[in-house]
Amino acid sequence: MTESNDTNHPNPEESPTKRQLPNFLARVTGGNTGWLRSLLIPTLAVLAALIFGALFIALTDLEALALLKEDFRGGLSLMTDGVSVAYKALFTGAFGSIYGLSETLFAATPLILAGLSVALGFRAGLFNIGVNGQMLIGGMAAVWVGLNITLPGYLHIPLALVAAVLGGALWAGIAGLLKAKTGAHEVITTIMLNFIAFFLIEYLLTTPAFQDPGRNNPISEQLPLSARLPDIFGGDYRVSLGLIIAVAAVFFVLWLLYKSSPGFEFRAVGFNPKASRYAGMNVEKLLILVMGVSGGLAGIAGANQALGLSPYMVTSGFAGTIGFDSIALALLGGSHPLGVLWASILFGAMKAGGRSMQAAAQIPLELVTVIQALVIVFIAAPELVRAIFRVKPPEKEKTQLTKGWGG
Amino acid sequence: MTDTSTTPVKIRATPEVRRARIVGGILLVLAAFVFWFFGLNVMGNLDATFKITLPTDKIKDVKMILNTRTLAFVVAGVLAFLSGIQLRRSTEKRTNMALAIGLFFFIFAFLAWAAAGKSFSLVGMLRSTVILSVPITLGALSGIMCERVAIVNIGIEGQLLASAFAATILGSAFGLWAGVVGALVVGALLGAFLAWLAIRFQVDQIIAGVVINIFALGMTSFLATRVLSKAQDLNSAPQFKAIKIPFLSDIPLLGSMFFNHNFFIYLMFLLVIILHIGLFYTRWGLRSRSVGEHPRAADTVGINVFTTRYRNVILGGLIAGLGGAFLSLTQISRFEENMTAGIGFIALAAMIFGRWKPFGALAAGLVFGFARALQQKLGILATPIPSEFLLMTPYLVTIIVVAGVVGRARAPAADGEPYVKE
Repeated sequence: MTESNDTNHPNPEESPTKRQLPNFLARVTGGNTGWLRSLLIPTLAVLAALIFGALFIALTDLEALALLKEDFRGGLSLMTDGVSVAYKALFTGAFGSIYGLSETLFAATPLILAGLSVALGFRAGLFNIGVNGQMLIGGMAAVWVGLNITLPGYLHIPLALVAAVLGGALWAGIAGLLKAKTGAHEVITTIMLNFIAFFLIEYLLTTPAFQDPGRNNPISEQLPLSARLPDIFGGDYRVSLGLIIAVAAVFFVLWLLYKSSPGFEFRAVGFNPKASRYAGMNVEKLLILVMGVSGGLAGIAGANQALGLSPYMVTSGFAGTIGFDSIALALLGGSHPLGVLWASILFGAMKAGGRSMQAAAQIPLELVTVIQALVIVFIAAPELVRAIFRVKPPEKEKTQLTKGWGG
Repeated sequence: MTDTSTTPVKIRATPEVRRARIVGGILLVLAAFVFWFFGLNVMGNLDATFKITLPTDKIKDVKMILNTRTLAFVVAGVLAFLSGIQLRRSTEKRTNMALAIGLFFFIFAFLAWAAAGKSFSLVGMLRSTVILSVPITLGALSGIMCERVAIVNIGIEGQLLASAFAATILGSAFGLWAGVVGALVVGALLGAFLAWLAIRFQVDQIIAGVVINIFALGMTSFLATRVLSKAQDLNSAPQFKAIKIPFLSDIPLLGSMFFNHNFFIYLMFLLVIILHIGLFYTRWGLRSRSVGEHPRAADTVGINVFTTRYRNVILGGLIAGLGGAFLSLTQISRFEENMTAGIGFIALAAMIFGRWKPFGALAAGLVFGFARALQQKLGILATPIPSEFLLMTPYLVTIIVVAGVVGRARAPAADGEPYVKE
């Protein structure tokens, strides 16, 4: 398992076509075109994860395993059949039809926003592991506006979204404030805030401001029409206004990070907090601000899940596993807004395809979670991927994103 | 240059004095609250009956009957006294003790208020406190093993879940002890995986931990749906029975709390003692801690940083595996998706709250176990306190501790930093 020094394999990273990037890409990304060259590792990471996923499918095929003892070749072919049926369903479920595509985009919507939230933190050297809690608080704030204020739709939704941004930003801001004022590590505080948010939501959903009258379990009243995110491709498809907001957020973060002066300071702090301090930046203020913006994005993701899903009644599980996914997305997307966008579409496709894989081949949806975990491993340990695919290492790379909570 | 001597010297409160003031303030607020809410606000002159023996005990029907209002006034007095000490002069080192005593009395008054006019099984709650503390404490000990050699482990949750899964399957197939062994092996493997990622590839340790959590959740759920649903006989693990310790188990209250449990609970107490001695009084412990505080110096004097880290993180995995086995082989015989439901993160909190020390982890485990036990019992008493707020306490307490409001928790100095040999 050592680095491959094999020179027989040409290194696609250095092919001349990839070196001469179109200028508009360079302009959009603020001159930072390194991400395209680094596309290699993410691609191979996803590929490796899918290969392992296939192995898991094959090795848990009880019928094929039973057959393997008597008829080795037959058992093996049963396994490969199983894998190909499953992966075909995964692909066609995600891209095979207009409906599939719409489901992919539908699943990608909250992922884009949540992924941006983590990516922005990474850029500033902060590990926001609290997207889940920020989604819950932001989403709940939006639900409160939705249920307790009566307004026409064109005002109701924007107001709910503003509430979501503020809710998420405040919740993340607690961690930012604690980090700035006391040095408490944001990983610990955001993990803890996730759980506090969850129990807070469980409680709030039993209070009259939220709870569906006549219910004992924590579930909200149905949102009025004016507070629901409208479907943009008609009622047959679940893609809502959230997608447009998410794509807008991608460009907002792109602008923020690479074209604005606070964004420059964010990246400077992430790159070297000490130098930033010497350069006269208010590092404490920046930490709070970054966490706030990051939490705000997570808050919109929460609003998307709370206001955009039929039957428009919210339970405490509305954030799902998106908080965890977001970490994978930021890593896969190289913490770059456009990278996060593509990574989210890919993960959205896996989620949408995963459901049809479950239906067509009885492969549990959780396989997608396993694949996601493997993607993170391979992205975080590129040496592993290189060893598997025998690719030459680049000159230099950095994998450590955060520092421990030591002194 | 010369005027500097004339400017008055501003005396700034030291952090200790400031902390004493904060604690004093908190205690004063609590005193007022107890006086008013648990004392004056109680309707009528009610008694709270605490049962301190179980119906199955040798000595039965021992009860403690307290007048809610009188108790509240007494507790308010105690709290005010403690607050006075803290506010009058800084008794620096005793600040945390004062807070602990204060909170103990506060909870006592609270229980008497919650049980006013009713009968409440104090022994039942304290017994489940000890039981609920086991996975938390074992998880926290696992975290200590890792973090003392500077490997951050936020994958405790995943280790617990995966080993609970292994314990269910192997326990169902081959019996109790096979389940224990399976859980230990899976825990150790995940520990080795964490160490491998963190040391060999220098993967960010938080990410490595997140990976373990996601992987364990995904894999166990995947296997539970794909395999266990077709092989139901693999999903009913046998359960360990309680071992009564002769004589000691007959002591009212304490007997039921500590001396009538299955072997996991005795093992937990033993492990705490072993690890405490091991970490602070043996060569191994000194070497481990030096690797966690200053790996370069440890390396210079000839300690192999990498081997030490691998060994301790794998040992930590074993302990987490024991916690997983406890969940499957004493509490719930069926594996359920995400059955740990955040216990691993409470364990992480307990490790921090216990300040990276074995006895601290035990104390924290008991405190957090108490919060969970209380939450379960309060439903029976029908108090107006939403149980969600009790469930929040471990997490809130941890934030307060890491923020240094009440005594600061300090991690090993090199925690989370990969070591690169020069």
